[in-house]
Amino acid sequence: MRDALVLRGNHALLTRANPLAKFVAVFLITLVLALSIDWVSASTALVAELALFPLAGLTLRLLWQRGWPLIIAAALGGWSTAIVAADSGAVLLDVGIWSISEGSLELGLGFMLRGLAIALPAILLMSCTDPTDLADALAQKARLPHRFVLGTLAAMRLVGLMAEEWQTIGMARRARGVGSHGSPMQRLRATLGQSFGLLVQAIRRASRLAVTMEARGFGGRRRTWARESTYSLLDVWVLLGGVAIAAAAVLAAGWAGTWSFVF
Amino acid sequence: MPASDAASSAAGRPAAVSARGWGWRHAGRSTPAVQGLDLEISPGERVLLLGPSGAGKSTLLHALAGVLGGDDDDADESGTLLIDGAAPRGQRGRAGLMQQDPETQVVLSRLGDDVAFGAENLAVPREEIWKRVHEALDDVGLRSLAGVGLALDHPTSALSGGQKQRLALAGILAMRPGLILLDEPTANLDPAGVLEVRDAVARCLDKTGATLVVVEHRVSVWKDLVDRIVVLQPGSAAGSAGGTGTPGVLLDGPPDQVLEQARGMLMAAGVWVPGYVPATRVRTRAEEPAELLLAAQDLAVSRERARRRGFKTIPPVPVQSGITAQVRAGQALTITGPNGAGKSTFALTLAGLLAPVDGKVSAAVGLSDGAGIDPFAWKAEQLISRIGTVFQEPEHQFVTGRVLDELMFGPRHLGHGEERVDELLERLRLTHLVDANPYTLSGGEKRRLSVATVLAAHPKVLVLDEPTFGQDANTWAELASFLSELLDAGTSVVSVTHDEEFSAVLGGTELRLDPASRSGSRQEAGAA
Repeated sequence: MRDALVLRGNHALLTRANPLAKFVAVFLITLVLALSIDWVSASTALVAELALFPLAGLTLRLLWQRGWPLIIAAALGGWSTAIVAADSGAVLLDVGIWSISEGSLELGLGFMLRGLAIALPAILLMSCTDPTDLADALAQKARLPHRFVLGTLAAMRLVGLMAEEWQTIGMARRARGVGSHGSPMQRLRATLGQSFGLLVQAIRRASRLAVTMEARGFGGRRRTWARESTYSLLDVWVLLGGVAIAAAAVLAAGWAGTWSFVF
Repeated sequence: MPASDAASSAAGRPAAVSARGWGWRHAGRSTPAVQGLDLEISPGERVLLLGPSGAGKSTLLHALAGVLGGDDDDADESGTLLIDGAAPRGQRGRAGLMQQDPETQVVLSRLGDDVAFGAENLAVPREEIWKRVHEALDDVGLRSLAGVGLALDHPTSALSGGQKQRLALAGILAMRPGLILLDEPTANLDPAGVLEVRDAVARCLDKTGATLVVVEHRVSVWKDLVDRIVVLQPGSAAGSAGGTGTPGVLLDGPPDQVLEQARGMLMAAGVWVPGYVPATRVRTRAEEPAELLLAAQDLAVSRERARRRGFKTIPPVPVQSGITAQVRAGQALTITGPNGAGKSTFALTLAGLLAPVDGKVSAAVGLSDGAGIDPFAWKAEQLISRIGTVFQEPEHQFVTGRVLDELMFGPRHLGHGEERVDELLERLRLTHLVDANPYTLSGGEKRRLSVATVLAAHPKVLVLDEPTFGQDANTWAELASFLSELLDAGTSVVSVTHDEEFSAVLGGTELRLDPASRSGSRQEAGAA
């Protein structure tokens, strides 16, 4: 089975930071970027984030492999904003009802860069954080209820399993004569049927897993943690880094006079 | 006193079990699963629990594990069921339970974390937990995986079915239970996995002296390990099979004595009594020359599809390659080999359900009948009347909510063959179930139904993936006899199986696949 939940072969510096510190740093950056739609703050953050890549064990190649849908979405978002936004300044391109002006191009560019600058920290966080460690941090440091956190973690393991199950059920149903051919209506019905089959299997698996967990004593009020979630000096740097990037983005935009609140 | 403290003070001490007039009715059911059960098990005893399906064996194990009831008030308990004189629910960690499906016995993604999980829940101090984790992994033989030494962060998803069950055992041992409960722990495993798990259990019991209750219908696996066999009578199910009877325990004693006394009765109930191979129909036309229907040529197979990485497309790494095989009318082809050799994947590719990674599958004119040479390119309706595939898990193939609709589904789509359905119902003893929901049938009934539904479309080639896994002796014999009959009538049967007696009944040729030699070859779990 494929398991996206295990972080293997990545020993970069940021993998050793506490997931909660990384989470807070990413949150700060995202929050600031969500406040303005200008290209200066976004590109400042973007440059800083790209500089942090090696620390998370990421390369541009890996980023493209893992995050290409997000990158393409950001580019498309920027492009369509440039086309549909109200024109201001000199018109650069005019094709019938679509036109791109200096103003709309700037807006589109800002939109695209902002999309990237917000998506990147999330990819960064995921690529250097083991979900089990994140759960440990959330339960031990952020004091979220452990039943909820561990339940979610265990359920996420089943997601990978369900992806395989989906494929198997698809084949099993083809072997019964339910095809992916035919009219859109027939196809929709076939997909609904397959989803139902998957739902049944997911519920069976989930209830068996719940029995396994309960039989191992899960659900009590008190529990200990085999892995202690700890803070280190590194986490201070991670937090400071988050604050620094967020502040740099705001200051740069303020200095360039491009800062504009979304609200 | 908190439950966890009660458990830790008793940690490791073998537990006693006592049932007095105990019964249980599940929420939403009208009849109890277990009724009036009287059973005493002394500390350190090892008990094999037998009985027909519906005797409430699993219910008893779940109750002892303390996972029955809880929130649903609608369930009904009668009498008493005690571990060391106290209710199981209040004694978390006193009993450890292993279930059948290896995939759901794993909780966390890393080996060491998974073993630690139970001990954490019992609030065992951290240093003690890791001590227990190392010890437990040692005991079940998972300490050094693939010669890499201690691998606490080994991904649990990369384990085989047998390894997953051993991991579950380690997780149980780390709780230091006094009672180990195994609910058909090896039903989903191949023969090597079965022994692997059985031996690990034996080692751990010898070391800890814990009490054992195991439910399993393959008696020969556990016979030498247990010192007592208890045969349960069907609880309320007996009511429908003739009068009220005296529910509870039917037979109880040392293994040899019980097996001698009850051999006939157990055989009739479909239990795999040691040395018993059920009588099956003998093939009559196995030697006749036959028409070629389907051929695989230098085939490379994989379950994975080509992946997209940005703009690039990466072809999957085949799990097995260079397979050449022929499928002939009225002849059996048996695919054997250890887990991870790509047996199922090959069968599914041969059956037109997976695209070959390399090489080709071609249907002869006698089979394709105008539908083209490549089965994978056939439409679903074209496929089912030519090649029928029975999956390992029958539930994957259910497409309706009623047994009769399930059987009519193929013929209705094809527009012919509905008259065959009655014969199939009769032949596979499903007539009394026509209105039942397929999901509610017993394991054996589900298996028979899944074979019948595929045959209803009248395919010339039948492909079966581990058809005898986890089946009782009665279903086994029925299935083997039925397939032998089909073969003699000219259908071709391709089966993936570890079951040598089964392939002996079908005859024909064997294709043995061994794991590809490349390093890090993908393991196919028990339930592949």
